[in-house]
Amino acid sequence: MDALVSRYSRPAFQNEGYSKEDQQQALQDVAPPLSLNFALPPVASAASWLRAMTDDHSNPNVPIKIAHGTTTLAFRFKGGIIVATDSRATAGNWIASQTVKKVIEINPMLLGTMAGGAADCQYWLAYLGMQCRLHELRQKRRISVAAASKILANLVYSYKGMGLSMGTMCAGVTPTEGPALYYIDSDGTRLAGNLFCVGSGQTFAYGVLDAEYKYELEDEEALELGRRSILAATHRDAYSGGYINLYHVKESGWVKHGFTDTNPVFWETKLKKGEFSNVTANLD
Amino acid sequence: MEVLLGITGKDYCIIAASKAAMRGATILKASDDKTRSLNKNTLMAYSGEAGDTVNFAEYIQANIQLYSMRNASDLSPYEVSSFVRSELAKALRSRNPYNVNLLLGGFDSIKEKPELYWIDYLASSAKVPYAAHGYAQYYCLSLLDKHHHPDIDFEQGMKILRMCTDELKRRLPIDFKGVVVKVIDKDGVRELEYIDDKQILAP
Repeated sequence: MDALVSRYSRPAFQNEGYSKEDQQQALQDVAPPLSLNFALPPVASAASWLRAMTDDHSNPNVPIKIAHGTTTLAFRFKGGIIVATDSRATAGNWIASQTVKKVIEINPMLLGTMAGGAADCQYWLAYLGMQCRLHELRQKRRISVAAASKILANLVYSYKGMGLSMGTMCAGVTPTEGPALYYIDSDGTRLAGNLFCVGSGQTFAYGVLDAEYKYELEDEEALELGRRSILAATHRDAYSGGYINLYHVKESGWVKHGFTDTNPVFWETKLKKGEFSNVTANLD
Repeated sequence: MEVLLGITGKDYCIIAASKAAMRGATILKASDDKTRSLNKNTLMAYSGEAGDTVNFAEYIQANIQLYSMRNASDLSPYEVSSFVRSELAKALRSRNPYNVNLLLGGFDSIKEKPELYWIDYLASSAKVPYAAHGYAQYYCLSLLDKHHHPDIDFEQGMKILRMCTDELKRRLPIDFKGVVVKVIDKDGVRELEYIDDKQILAP
């Protein structure tokens, strides 16, 4: 009997670590399993090739200019979460669009924001939406914000060093977590927090937001603070501008608070409140 | 400018890690916890490349916990350190190495001794009585060389930690937003409240 047992049982750690086949498999799988399979360019290092083709900082004549530059913010407060973004897409010095929707509605409870490469963000947040829906169908309940953000973080981490460029936030309310806010970027960082600003205009938005932010903000105050922070960033950051996209995430789901042109908001803020005093209103 | 500090004493090991999560010129979070507990009596603190750190730490944590479940017993700190170092070494020679520096603090319940391992991204591993990573090494190791003794009691250990964090606050050009402090002893891992509101200026 013992002989039989020993013949058919294996040591507990036989399959620990990487086996020969695993290594073979790992070499074959250039694309990570969580995601789809992409054809990579037929060059030795796809990442450095992409960098050479897109880095307009070192060479202004690169063939591909990636749409970049943004201000996005989101913060948690008493009444839920405020999510606000600008709407400008730039490719180098060129303003490619002034009407970009940088808040992506993943489902009626979940929002994502996009900063960094426009295509990367749009594509992967849509993909995240798909994964969230699949989770919902499989598990018969809505995905938590923590889990959704981790799907995205693990996904971008699997492409680390291959040139993805994104800085996103996931905001949502679920019965288990309450209002939850996560920051995810393309180096694979994922942070839970109360307040984040992302993009080239982040410093300007932080400046306004930090000074007046408190958790006990009323809904109207919070919306105004979000709007004013984006306005500040669109005013000072050349790569931010266009329209202010405002959302309020509550227990009942998100509510959109308009897609407002910055120009009239700016002049109203200046003329009615006397702010932006360094800008003259005289035309002579 | 991430700060990791580790101090062992008579029957405890203190680990401190800075609370600032930085990216470029921005502090994204001032209450980040750069530690993961691996099993009942080992704690790992990490710093390094964004993304790599948490990913590596959670990978190690999952595997150490899996071991504990399968075998109904925890690995000792030394065994954990060997595993961590071998994973790091394996990754170092692969296509995507982890850029992570670690401090591994533990309490060996058989020897009844605290242990501290200093591990860097090149998979060097050294058992040390006190340790630091990053710029904290430049400021704190000399201080620890002078004030640390092998069998100091807990109060003495905390006093030395306070000297270290005060020096870092005084001399580091970037605010690291204070430290999370955790202690590993015979009762396991616990977090300490570390009051750090005194402003300290360079003379």
